[in-house]
Amino acid sequence: MERPLKMVCRNVWKLYGPDPAAFLRANPAPTNEQLREVGMIGAVRAANVQIGEGEIFVIMGLSGSGKSTLVRCLSRLIEPTGGEILFDGEDLLAMSEQELIQLRRKKIGMVFQNFALLPHLTVLQNVAFPLDVQGVPRATREARAHEMIETVGLKGRENYFPRQLSGGQQQRVGIARSLVVEPEIWFLDEPFSALDPLIRREMQDEFLRLQGLLKKTIVFITHDFDEAIRLADRIAVMKDGRIVQTATPEELVMNPATDYVAEFTHHIPRGKVLSLRSIMSPGTGDGPYAGDLKSTDRVADVADRIEAADHPHRVLDDSGTPIGTVDGRAVIDVLIGRRASE
Amino acid sequence: MNWRRLISPHALFWWGLLAVTWILSTTSFQLYKALDARWIIRFPKAWEMPMESWISDAMRWLLEDATFGLFTFREFTRFISAIIEVPYDVARAALADGFVQGQGSNAVEIAPPLSWIAIIVIMIVLGRVAKDWTLALLVGACFLYLAMFGQWDSAMVTLASVVIAVPIGVIGGLALGILSFRIPWVERALRPILDLMQTVPVFAYLVPILFLFGFGPVAALVATIIYAMPPMVRVSTVALQTVPAEVVEAGKMAGCTRRQMMWKVLVPSAAPTLMVGVNQVIMLTLNMVIIASMIGAGGLGFDVLSALRRLDIGGGIEAGLAIVVMAIALDRVSQAFSTRLPDEVMGRDLSYVQRHPWFTTVFVVVVLTYIAGLFAPAVQDYPEAATLTTSAFWEDAMRYVNVTFFDTFEAIKDVFLSYLLLPVKRFFTGIPWAWGIIAAGLAAAKVGGWRLGVMAALMTTFIAATGLWTKAMITIYLCGVSVFIAYAIGVPLGIWAGQNARANRWVGAFIDTLQTLPSFVYLIPVVMLFRVGDFSAMIAVVLYALAPAVRYAAHGIRAIEPQMIEAGLVSGCTRRQLLWRVKLPLAAPSLLLGLNQTIMLALSMLVITALVGTRDLGQEVYIALTKANTGQGIVAGLSVAFIAIIADRIVSAMARHSKERLGLA
Repeated sequence: MERPLKMVCRNVWKLYGPDPAAFLRANPAPTNEQLREVGMIGAVRAANVQIGEGEIFVIMGLSGSGKSTLVRCLSRLIEPTGGEILFDGEDLLAMSEQELIQLRRKKIGMVFQNFALLPHLTVLQNVAFPLDVQGVPRATREARAHEMIETVGLKGRENYFPRQLSGGQQQRVGIARSLVVEPEIWFLDEPFSALDPLIRREMQDEFLRLQGLLKKTIVFITHDFDEAIRLADRIAVMKDGRIVQTATPEELVMNPATDYVAEFTHHIPRGKVLSLRSIMSPGTGDGPYAGDLKSTDRVADVADRIEAADHPHRVLDDSGTPIGTVDGRAVIDVLIGRRASE
Repeated sequence: MNWRRLISPHALFWWGLLAVTWILSTTSFQLYKALDARWIIRFPKAWEMPMESWISDAMRWLLEDATFGLFTFREFTRFISAIIEVPYDVARAALADGFVQGQGSNAVEIAPPLSWIAIIVIMIVLGRVAKDWTLALLVGACFLYLAMFGQWDSAMVTLASVVIAVPIGVIGGLALGILSFRIPWVERALRPILDLMQTVPVFAYLVPILFLFGFGPVAALVATIIYAMPPMVRVSTVALQTVPAEVVEAGKMAGCTRRQMMWKVLVPSAAPTLMVGVNQVIMLTLNMVIIASMIGAGGLGFDVLSALRRLDIGGGIEAGLAIVVMAIALDRVSQAFSTRLPDEVMGRDLSYVQRHPWFTTVFVVVVLTYIAGLFAPAVQDYPEAATLTTSAFWEDAMRYVNVTFFDTFEAIKDVFLSYLLLPVKRFFTGIPWAWGIIAAGLAAAKVGGWRLGVMAALMTTFIAATGLWTKAMITIYLCGVSVFIAYAIGVPLGIWAGQNARANRWVGAFIDTLQTLPSFVYLIPVVMLFRVGDFSAMIAVVLYALAPAVRYAAHGIRAIEPQMIEAGLVSGCTRRQLLWRVKLPLAAPSLLLGLNQTIMLALSMLVITALVGTRDLGQEVYIALTKANTGQGIVAGLSVAFIAIIADRIVSAMARHSKERLGLA
């Protein structure tokens, strides 16, 4: 968490209704009842988000939770009603249209749920489109677009039109287009939701591979908790316009802030989320021990070793100091979903 | 049958209204005699508004004294004339007359117009580029027909006006569409104007245009453009509004400026829908061909009109068919462009010729036929000796039909006249104007709320106060009867087409053909068979207004969710029950929209049928045109528009109610 902050959003509100700005000035922190009374709809309420450089920040929520509105506030596709959004320390909401256009041209990329490809342009022209808009000469922009198309694995399809591609391929074009300007921050609005489950999984792997190469700052929107857990460094769970909890996947599973969050965590494979630090018994005795494991190891990865051994394993922290022990029983608890307290 | 529904308070209102109207209508004349109150049947002369002379005076002032400071109104109209005239002259020279230098008999031809071969090749290439060889052959055949049947020269004059009117209409419509998409108040301001433009009969603005621009092709083009542009404005606005929000956002995130957004994202994404608008402009332009020839457009329209005036059956049908053939060709090509997919991109290492094979073909053919035409006239102009004419054939056929079936036709006509047309006519013309205003207001208020009621009453008052009451009632009677018949034929056809794929193909082709025909074409055979009069007018209107009744009924049936029909089937519905209990109720909103469109088309056709001797508002407009009386034309035109607007609002309100009832709104 020591990353420098790329994007900070403080107390952002987006209200719909009659003259929302004046209403928010009069009531800086309206409650649900107050909103209902005047017929306002609170799409985003008091959102606080801090996104570190190179982080994959996932905003997760069901439909209507305000996640899409929030990401559109962050990219200023929607004007927030109130609050503050800083990008590299600069006030995004104070920018003029010209500055905003420059910012989007150079520093921001976005991927859309339904791909949003331009139907009249080929794959190559679609990917080159953001450069075209900037006035980059044709040869340069097409060379750059070719590179991007190769990166997302669509080489050979440059002259296809969007309608000739499958959904997964179209989204690869969308990804290539959003990355062609080498943005510093990358917004993905439910990029894989319109795809079949198998393709979705493949695209998630592809996404992680790309992020391994590119190390962008990412804001990723999804309604799929499994997807969030799989991809996120940190997750913000939204409900009714509010961020209910912001935490790493592991914290979320271990300490859900509300019943609502807990509801999501019930059905996910805990072994893949939890690390040994979360399930070990603190303190070490004299042994005997079957071996040493790192506290950041995921349970599922080391389950076989722990379970096959006759003795518990020792758990070491980053500096190599033993901090606890873990045995087969603890691992089985996690894998079959038995709670420690039960 | 559920009798209780017929005596519900809701139904009683309508029965009561009808009963009072009927009683007043049948007794109005006796009332007038008994009370010696002439005002009952005739609007008092002293109260009449001199609208006609106000408007005529205003027009004269515009033309003679009005000035915008820097320039006068007359200079303004001259400026518009010039903008249209210059490209029109070029197009006409290229297609029909050839390029000449000098005036009148001293004129020297510099270059001939494009040869007939070149134009046919251009059309074939357009067909191929738009879709495939089948279309290319169809289009080629259509234009070859024009040459072979001796219609070439007139057809090219008509094509020249299409070539000018369509781009102006499209660009103007797109520009207004963009404005109203960008600026909300422009849309709010344009909407009622467009509504009015689409309901005012064309004839009504022929008169002021004639007044402003004088008789000639420019006035005809201005009228055509005004007539053809409104749908393009609508289509453009809707097309831009329906570009998916995500695509717009993608454009913003790419950093588009406003201009880039419009021209690189919005307009190209909306292109297929925009092409639908272009198709509409083309069809409306061709629809205007005959009407425009009344104020100076030459070409095929003029041929039809003069044949109609001479009662020259064969000539009229030939020229009319030529318009149809041209309409079919242009319609199919422009429709194909709207569904056309972008070309596969070819390698960039090819030469110019290889990348643009069709353009190259056209260029080569134009140059070759130009050179060959200098030596062989047959290449330049289609040889006269090789033309065919069907004129005599039509003449004979018509004569044969008339002689053989005269009694049958007369009998049919008499039955319709004495049992349907005349009673209805008596009913409507008998309604005293004062009650007419009240009844219109009550009916509109009942359906659409008091606001609509007041509007209807005011509009009806306008009609009465300008002294057009009787003519308006004749208009309503003719329109009502025609719509009734068109609907009675069209809806069953549509339901049949909606349920049966093969029927759909045949009915669809039939309706497509009806819709491509310019409205005047219906008049020719009808007049030939039934001579002039209300009955002929009715048949022509029915034919013209049939299409929307069929289309909307078929669409309404087809748009029903399959699950609804399955639910009906598993409940044990018979086919008849399925139709009456499930399909028709669900299709009701669509049926009402069809009714609305049928009424609109009937009204617009009604004005044209004034040519065959009806005594309605259409005749009033037509008389105004021949006398170039601006006031009279505009007042009568507005009256027709008001009738159309009242009918439109009432039926739309009914459609909205039925949608709400079905939870579709």
